Amino acid sequence: MTAVTGEAPAVGDGVLGQPLDSREDPQLLRGEATYVADIDLPGTAHMAILGSPVAHAKILSIETKAAEQLPGVLKVATAADFTDVMPLPCIWIPGGVESHFPPHPYGLPGARPVLTGDTVRHVGDPIAVVVAETPRQAAAALAAIAVEYEPLPVVTRADEALAAGAPQLHEAVPGNLNAYWTCGDKDRADAAIAAAEVTVELDLVNQRTINSPIEPRGAVGDYDATTGEYTLYASTQGPHNHRFLLSALVLGIPFNKLRVIAPTVGGSFGTKGYLYPDMALVLLLSKALGRPVKWVDTRTGLMNSTVQGRDHRQHVTLAGTRDGRITAVRCTSYANLGAYPSTIGPGVATALMGRSISGMYDIDAAFCEVYAAFTNTVSLGAQRGSGRAEAAFLMERLVDRYASEIGMDPAAVRRRNLVPKEKFPYDNGLGWTYDSGNYRLNFDRAIELSGYADMPARKAEARTRGKRLGVGLATYVAICGVGPSTRMSREGMLGGTWESANIRVHPTGEVTVIVGSASTGQSHGTVFAQVAADELGIDPDTVQVLEGDTQKAPYGQGTYGSRSYSMAAPAVALTARKIKSKLIRAGAVFLGVPEDKVVYEGGRVHEEGNEENSKTFAELAMAMWYGWGLPAEIEPALDETTHFDPPDFNYPFGTHVAVVEIDELTGETEVVSYTAVDDAGHIGNPKIVLGQIEGSITHGLGQALMEAAVYDEQGLLVSSDLTRYALPRAADVPFFTLDKTVTPSPHNPLGAKGAGEIATVPPAAAVVNAVVDALSDLGVQHIDMPVTPEKVWRRLRGEAQ
Amino acid sequence: MDITLKVNGRPEQFSAQPNELLVERLRDGLGLTGTKVGCDTGQCGTCVVRLDGRSVKSCLVLTASAGGSEVATIEGETTRGGELTGLQEALRQEHGTQCGFCTPGMVMALGELVDSTAGGAAPTEAEIREWLTGNLCRCTGYHSVVRGVQRACAVARAEAPAGTAESAAVAASGAAAQEVRGT
Repeated sequence: MTAVTGEAPAVGDGVLGQPLDSREDPQLLRGEATYVADIDLPGTAHMAILGSPVAHAKILSIETKAAEQLPGVLKVATAADFTDVMPLPCIWIPGGVESHFPPHPYGLPGARPVLTGDTVRHVGDPIAVVVAETPRQAAAALAAIAVEYEPLPVVTRADEALAAGAPQLHEAVPGNLNAYWTCGDKDRADAAIAAAEVTVELDLVNQRTINSPIEPRGAVGDYDATTGEYTLYASTQGPHNHRFLLSALVLGIPFNKLRVIAPTVGGSFGTKGYLYPDMALVLLLSKALGRPVKWVDTRTGLMNSTVQGRDHRQHVTLAGTRDGRITAVRCTSYANLGAYPSTIGPGVATALMGRSISGMYDIDAAFCEVYAAFTNTVSLGAQRGSGRAEAAFLMERLVDRYASEIGMDPAAVRRRNLVPKEKFPYDNGLGWTYDSGNYRLNFDRAIELSGYADMPARKAEARTRGKRLGVGLATYVAICGVGPSTRMSREGMLGGTWESANIRVHPTGEVTVIVGSASTGQSHGTVFAQVAADELGIDPDTVQVLEGDTQKAPYGQGTYGSRSYSMAAPAVALTARKIKSKLIRAGAVFLGVPEDKVVYEGGRVHEEGNEENSKTFAELAMAMWYGWGLPAEIEPALDETTHFDPPDFNYPFGTHVAVVEIDELTGETEVVSYTAVDDAGHIGNPKIVLGQIEGSITHGLGQALMEAAVYDEQGLLVSSDLTRYALPRAADVPFFTLDKTVTPSPHNPLGAKGAGEIATVPPAAAVVNAVVDALSDLGVQHIDMPVTPEKVWRRLRGEAQ
Repeated sequence: MDITLKVNGRPEQFSAQPNELLVERLRDGLGLTGTKVGCDTGQCGTCVVRLDGRSVKSCLVLTASAGGSEVATIEGETTRGGELTGLQEALRQEHGTQCGFCTPGMVMALGELVDSTAGGAAPTEAEIREWLTGNLCRCTGYHSVVRGVQRACAVARAEAPAGTAESAAVAASGAAAQEVRGT
């Protein structure tokens, strides 16, 4: 069942919205897709990276001679070899505040150097590289590099890094504080809280997690000495972005001397949108050696180098009336940025989280402050649902705590406080203006679908089996569609965030769509073909989709923040409309009638009222290719491009209901049912979005129940491989019960909202709410993630957290 | 040391170091890059191949110990551009792959399950999930993969000779029941 609300904008009624099979799947199912690790250029040499084994130390000396003598070793390089290479820049500076960063030569905020020469700041901080004939030879030579360290004190928690006397990471960053960032109205929130009938508070740890795409990152650099051109093959979400950052801001080479190619990318979830030292190193070393240089990370390498997610420690307060009206929310958060600012990490930790904290609720006073700090851990970045998941967790935990305090049903409290339909566009007072929504319809559907009313009976039944059943709700609003470039500049983004598409109609009537985005597993080829085919009234099988190669594709920013369908697909639609409009003008010439008598429908033009006088799409394509008889004002050929910059973001939302059973004997928590009703506006291909929703929920359940990046006191990442970092497996999750509502966004011509990651936002909150519900009669008011059997077992025995 | 084995039915003879992993031989030595490497510890399952019919993680097998065996990799499942196997087709229909990196390993592991149960009752949802615990996927959350296996088993039974029709109907209705849960 599907509930539909709002007026749909004009969308063709052809193949868009149909659950077509993904055209990418057969190649993937055959194992024929080429990932970075599968690229084998003739003469390739292999690079390995020496990461620091200690979290914080001065490097006193590096001795590489022994390594250079080993069999197969072609080059050993350290920071001293790359003194003319600039540090990787950070391009998202939390807006409107004084921020502190390590310096970059262009006056930009700098991040890490490509290799560290003086001080290592986290385990895995790259110190040296070896290039050898084989991967094994390169890895073996790392062990022969002798580094002498002078240990420095270590800090791994954001709150501790800000304390007086804490170890200092960067000279340019006093007290390790990157930024103190706020949003909302502090005075108003403080006053509302002081005057409130009821206040509740929680201290929350949104633990650090590791995104763990199944493909580790990799890069191949290939320098052509004849042309002076570099080619980088990399597992990247944003080839154009990385081309710009690497050429102009790191290597200092002309933009048009670097080509970046994203081959098939094996998942990302945020991590592969960042710039990493290895990308620059393979290019530099390829030039130095005159051979292609390839690097493929290991899993442990990935866990010690690729950006990690979440990691906030928060004190949060909610105020309300005795009868369930929320009047204020306030959050103080300590965000752990890791040792260096990643490409956009500071923005993720501040704006994406802080401006989202009020969620689906109409709250008069809201305020969030974030202290973003550097620590001796891997850099922080985006993780599926980033920022918004942290926001939903604190808000939804607070609402349950509040409901419990005033003795109201959590569903009733939520329903009472939802932003009403008539208030859209809705200014949430924290910096977001929600575009559209019918929250009550969505909420009620989830409550109904989950069988919420039956829970008391199910709880009683579970107790007869030695189980404690708990139910947890979580709603969310997930800002997507980054985004409006000017708006993002106010947010501190150094760069345009528009998206583009080019459409070429070939003489024989087939079509090629080329987009600036780049898939990491989202079936772009299938969906963008649907968009173009729907607009043009043609068979999607005749539409080819290309992306991921900066030499072929129009500029674009890539896939992140669930943006491709609400940013790149609108660019495709608008470009198709340009083609259509040109065909109507040219059609007037070919049909011999005035332009206003030309009708374009079903992939052909005909004279109004006379379908005999017509030309098919293929006939028009050929006629435009020849260009015979066209007046001067109509150019031959059909080749159009659009750069789409929306007026504002879009705001998908939804309601999730988790039902868990806790084993009274073992403390084990099992998710026995999970209901989700999400609203991503108009959906291009429901089969593909279904897969993304299911995967996202599973990812969120992972954070709730098992995932944690654990650093010890020395800053060593203890959970540094998949035996110690638990990912959800097939037997850990049940089938979900899913539905959707459809509230189109007014901010793009497809009425689309982001979808890819949105369902990762609420599951952690829903599950923890369910666990607390199951344990509430024991006086349990909160339990930290991951909710392991041991933690629950201790609480069952009355131990405090 | 000199090794002889069969890969996808083709005899291969080569010399290998004693510490060489089977996955290294397949990918680097024989250019069969459909088999992937996703971890260092035998957890992820992207390198699963079949060794004498049984699915194994090829990063946990020494090439030397595979001598004399028959190895089946994803490249041997179909001819290039040819028809998909029943399992692959069912996974395609359920969109049981997104980024595809875990997919070859899953196809090789699940192929054994589908084949080994073809003569009997279809595996239950719990059995399929249990079978899949050796393969990690971050994109799909496994649901579409489980539905794909259910579909493949149902189709295999529907196509089987008379006498197994009853279990086929049960399996097919099971697959259909899961479908309506989608958006």
